[in-house]
Parts: sequence; structure tokens; C-alpha cells
Amino acid sequence: MLEIKNLHVKLEEDDKVILKGVNLTVEAGKVHAIMGPNGSGKSTLSYVLSGRDGYEVTDGSAALDGAELLEMEPEERAAAGLFLAFQYPVEIPGVGNMTFLRTAVNAQRKSRGEEEMSAGEFLKVVREKAKSLKIDAEMMKRPVNVGFSGGEKKRNEILQMAMLEPKMCILDETDSGLDVDAMKLVAEGVNALRSEGRGFLVITHYQRLLDHIKPDVVHIMADGRIVKTGGPELALEVENNGYAGILSEVL
Amino acid sequence: MALAQAKLDAAEARLAALELPMGGWSAAARADALARLRAMGLPGKRDEYWRYTDPATLTSAMPSGAALFDAGDEAPLFDGIDRVKLVFVDGVFDAAQSDDPAAAGVEFLSVVKDIHWAQGLYGVLESRGQTPVERPLAALNTAAARDGVLIHVTGRAAKPVNLIYLHQNETSDAILHHVIKLDAGAEFTLLENGPAAARFNQVLEVEIGDGARFHHIRAQGRDHERRTVTHIFTRLGAESLFKSFTLTANGVLTRNEAVIELTGDDAKAHVAGAAVGDGDFHHDDTVFVTHAALRCESRQVFKKVLKNGAVGVFQGKILVKQGAQKTDGYQISQSLLLDEASQFLAKPELEIYADDVKCSHGSTSGAIDETALYYLRSRGVPLRQAQSLLVLAFLAEAIAEIEDEAIAEDIRLRLENWLARHES
Repeated sequence: MLEIKNLHVKLEEDDKVILKGVNLTVEAGKVHAIMGPNGSGKSTLSYVLSGRDGYEVTDGSAALDGAELLEMEPEERAAAGLFLAFQYPVEIPGVGNMTFLRTAVNAQRKSRGEEEMSAGEFLKVVREKAKSLKIDAEMMKRPVNVGFSGGEKKRNEILQMAMLEPKMCILDETDSGLDVDAMKLVAEGVNALRSEGRGFLVITHYQRLLDHIKPDVVHIMADGRIVKTGGPELALEVENNGYAGILSEVL
Repeated sequence: MALAQAKLDAAEARLAALELPMGGWSAAARADALARLRAMGLPGKRDEYWRYTDPATLTSAMPSGAALFDAGDEAPLFDGIDRVKLVFVDGVFDAAQSDDPAAAGVEFLSVVKDIHWAQGLYGVLESRGQTPVERPLAALNTAAARDGVLIHVTGRAAKPVNLIYLHQNETSDAILHHVIKLDAGAEFTLLENGPAAARFNQVLEVEIGDGARFHHIRAQGRDHERRTVTHIFTRLGAESLFKSFTLTANGVLTRNEAVIELTGDDAKAHVAGAAVGDGDFHHDDTVFVTHAALRCESRQVFKKVLKNGAVGVFQGKILVKQGAQKTDGYQISQSLLLDEASQFLAKPELEIYADDVKCSHGSTSGAIDETALYYLRSRGVPLRQAQSLLVLAFLAEAIAEIEDEAIAEDIRLRLENWLARHES
């Protein structure tokens, strides 16, 4: 589904190279986790895939179901089925959360040549999905992420994911800033979306999120590369021994 | 000396090009305004109050021409609102296109009578508003206006009155002077829209009685070459409300002045504006709020979206007089600069002579938030639509000053249409 080959990326502003040849394939129906120490390039990978400005791809490719992502505008990537749950969801004063969601859902439908969702239908679906994430009507009325707690922001990301029904979901440190209960709620939201046709790439520092969202494959990233790949047991190894042990073994 | 003489000469040249009316009840107020204008002269660009806006084309003897704007198939503003429509074409009332003014209690300045309730108001608030800052173009208006509406609201008005200003002559030069009086407890909504003329000078005097509520929503027309100067003079009684919102889209030159006096305790005055300009666009909001009573609230909320070298100006002052304790004054002026060629000039001022007051002001100018733009796009919202959403979000605080949701929605729609026409 998602196929990243030999991806090299540097910062546009200076010559700092961040990704130094990432190779990664996520199959449909699978959950892949990427773990790694600070500064290893995990978040950069998610930003580059979703099309954020400020990065220059110097080599390599990333394709979603065969379509080359790196040449698309961010909105085209979204329409192609890519979704990034942000580590730091952005506050947008003046734009209502409900308006935002509906605009996004209908924009994607429009670009795929599908019919727009009616206001009534949209409301029905969003209410149902919001309820299971414990997002109340008040939160839907407020401006996007403005005045939301850390947990509310992350739940709002998962709600967007549930409404947009992407093929490929990237979760960038979705566990950061969450207490155990909030993390469970978020994980349940993600698990509810797991399906045969959908791939997940879960970026995290810690094993604990992976207790709730069970990965099929775990990758360790360090210094801009995937340095080790294994099963769920690899995450436990990180939890018990830290990154130092694994890194000394592979570098 | 030469400068002062030039201003006096400009006033005489302007007056020579005008046919000065008219007898009847307004004659004394007009003569007074004429004398004041002749003593002040017309403003020049060296005047401190006109430092950021060159008044030359507003004061010249003859107007510059302005091409007419083709609105295409866009429905007229306020079309869905139940209202009394009064149409002025290039500053002249057109009964054929209008609803019955008499049924709505509207009278006209052009109908000369010997006695009128508006005597004692016409030119009076304007005259009071000449200190501490001179406003010669308003004095000119009082002296030379040939028409305008006179509305005395005694209770809760059944419908809003909508003054529609059509522009059909490329060299028209219109001067209108309206007087509205709200008795204690009355409520009234005034809607205004349209370019009015190639050059338009308007004064609106509003006397608001105790506990009365006045709502004003206007949209200044979209003819790119039109030039407009407006003055609102209002005085508020105890526990009364004044709310004014202006949408300005296009216009080579617009200067909107609001002079607000809070003279009764516990009154509230809100004045807001949303201006969008592309290219040859100069928009100036100049506001002077005087707090002269206890526990009054004032809000000034002005937002501007500027691109391709458009210029925005804000001069806003809050004066809190001695004894005006518990004043709550708020002022914000912000601009969104969509490119580096556009500019925003702001001069916020507070002058406070009471010791128990709360006054805040803020002024910013900045570009569109790139992170928010990326966030919206990452959810599949196309670039243009995302920009449009963020621009409307930026203007939202000003639009929120409109109480009637149907009117607010109509204004939002105009802004969306404008943004769609000015994509690039």
C-alpha cells in the first residue's frame, strides 16, 4: 500500500540532512510501528509524506497504491487516501470544528468525483463517531482545537480520521501528552478503524501505546534510517533495554 | 500661512462648484456649517488627521470619474431580508424603484418646510464632533447636502430601512445627510448598500434616547474607482445601544469616520468593519469614541484583508473623560497582508482622565498562517478554499458584531464571492 524507497530528505533552509535513505513498505490491513530516539527523523518522515513545506527530497520515492505522493499537493495526497494525525494539532481560531470537518469531507469527495454529503447525513454520521470518542456537541461548535485540552486535540484528530476514512493512516506520537485513560480512548478509536483495506504507520517513543494498538511490524529508526525491523517483541526490547542496546548492536 | 490659505482656497473652489440650497428649517444649521467650513478650510495631506490618507480627490472642486461595476448575476445584498427599500441613484431619490417611504415614517431633507423635528439635530451632532478634531468634509456636507432621510423612531420599528445607493453616472458627485432620532426605548435597524456615486460624501447623525437600540449594517459598493467619505456622528443616552458594521469591498478611496459620544450611563457602542481590497484600494477607518458617563462600554473591531499593494489605515481613539468611571473600552485593528506589496498603517490612541477604567487596544498585521493552511490542506481542503476559510476566520470577530444572523450570513456570502473573484 505505502511504499517508501531510499528516501533522502534535507531541510530546505540549511543543508541539514534528516532522512538518509528510508525504505519501508506498509501492506494493507497491517499496523506498522516506528520507534526511535529523539531526532531520528520520525516526525520528519510523517511531514514529508503529508506534504509540509520546508523539506527538500533529494532522492527516493514514496508511493501510495502506486501513485507517487511526493509530487502531489497536500490536499491531493489527502484525497488519494493519506491521513496524518498530528503530534501537535493546529489551532484555527474563527473556523468552527464542524465547518472544518464538513469542508474537508466534502472537498475530498468532490476531488474523487463523489457526491457531497448532505448537511443532515453529515450531522448524523459525525454525531455517532464523535460519541464513541466522547467528543460532545460543545467541542464540535468551538473553533478547531482552540481551547481543547491535549487529550481533546488528539481525540479530535481521530474523529477527523474516522470521518475521512483514509486508506493509509500515519499517527505521529499520538500518545504524547495523554494520560492512560485518554490513551485508551484514542487507541479504541484507532482500533475501530482497523480493517483489511487500511494500513497504519504508528510513530511513537514508547511501548505503552503499542499495548493498546497492537502492531504487526515494528521498525527502529535512528539517524535517518530504519535500522532494525521485527515483530511486536522488538518494542518490548526497547522498553526493557532502551535504544542504546539495539543501536550499538546495529550501527 | 501659505498652507492655511491653500486650505481656505480649496474650500472656496469646492463651494463654487456646488449649488448651495436651501431655505426652510435647516437654513440656520447650513449657514452655521458654511461659516465653520470657511473658517477651517478643507483638509490637506499635511494635516495630522490626514497623514495616512491623501484627501485631494475628496476635496477637489470636481470629482474624478468612476467606471461602473458589473455585479454579474450575484443577487443584491439584503435581498432575503424583509425591509423597506429606498433607492437613491447617484444621490437622487428614485421613488419608482422604492417602497413607500411615508408608510415607514421616512421623510426627506429635500422637502423644504419651515418647522421640523430634525431642527435642533441637523448639523448639531456634526458640529459637536468638530472638537477636538476638525472634520471639514462633514461641515461641507451639512452646508451642501441636497437630500437625505429623516427618521424619527418612536417605538420598535417593524422593519429595517434599507438605503440602496446605485451608481449609474460615471462622474456623479453625491452628498447625502441623514438624521435619525430614536426616542427612549425605541429600536431601529438601518441597512445601507451600494457605491452611491463616483464621489460620495455622506453624514449620518444618530441621536439615541435612553434605553434605545440602533443597529447599522452597511456595505460600500464594489465599483473599483469610486471615492467615498462618510461620517457617523452619534450620541448615546443611558442604557442605550449603538452597533454599526461596515463591509467595504473595493473602492479606490474610502474614509469612514465614526464619532461616538457616550453621554448616558451604562450605554454600549460597538463599531466594526471588514474591508477587503485588491490593488488600487485605500481604506481608512477613523474612529473617535468619547466616554463621558459611568459604566459605558465601547468596542472598535476593524479587520482588513489587503493584497496587490492595497493600503489600510486605522486611526482609533478612546477618550475617557474625568468622572467616566468603570469605563470598559476595547479596540482592535488588524490586517491580513496577502503579499509584501500591501501595507497597513495604524494609530491607536487612548486618552484617559478617570482612574477606575479598563481600556485595551491591540493592532497587528501579518500574513496568512502557513501552519493552519497546511493543516487544512492535509485534510483535503484545496489551497484556495483553505485560504478563503482562513480569511473569513480572520474577519469573523468583526462580522460577529452583527446581531442578526441572516444579515451576517449575507455579509459572509459577499466576502466568499469577493474572495472567489480575487483568487490568485
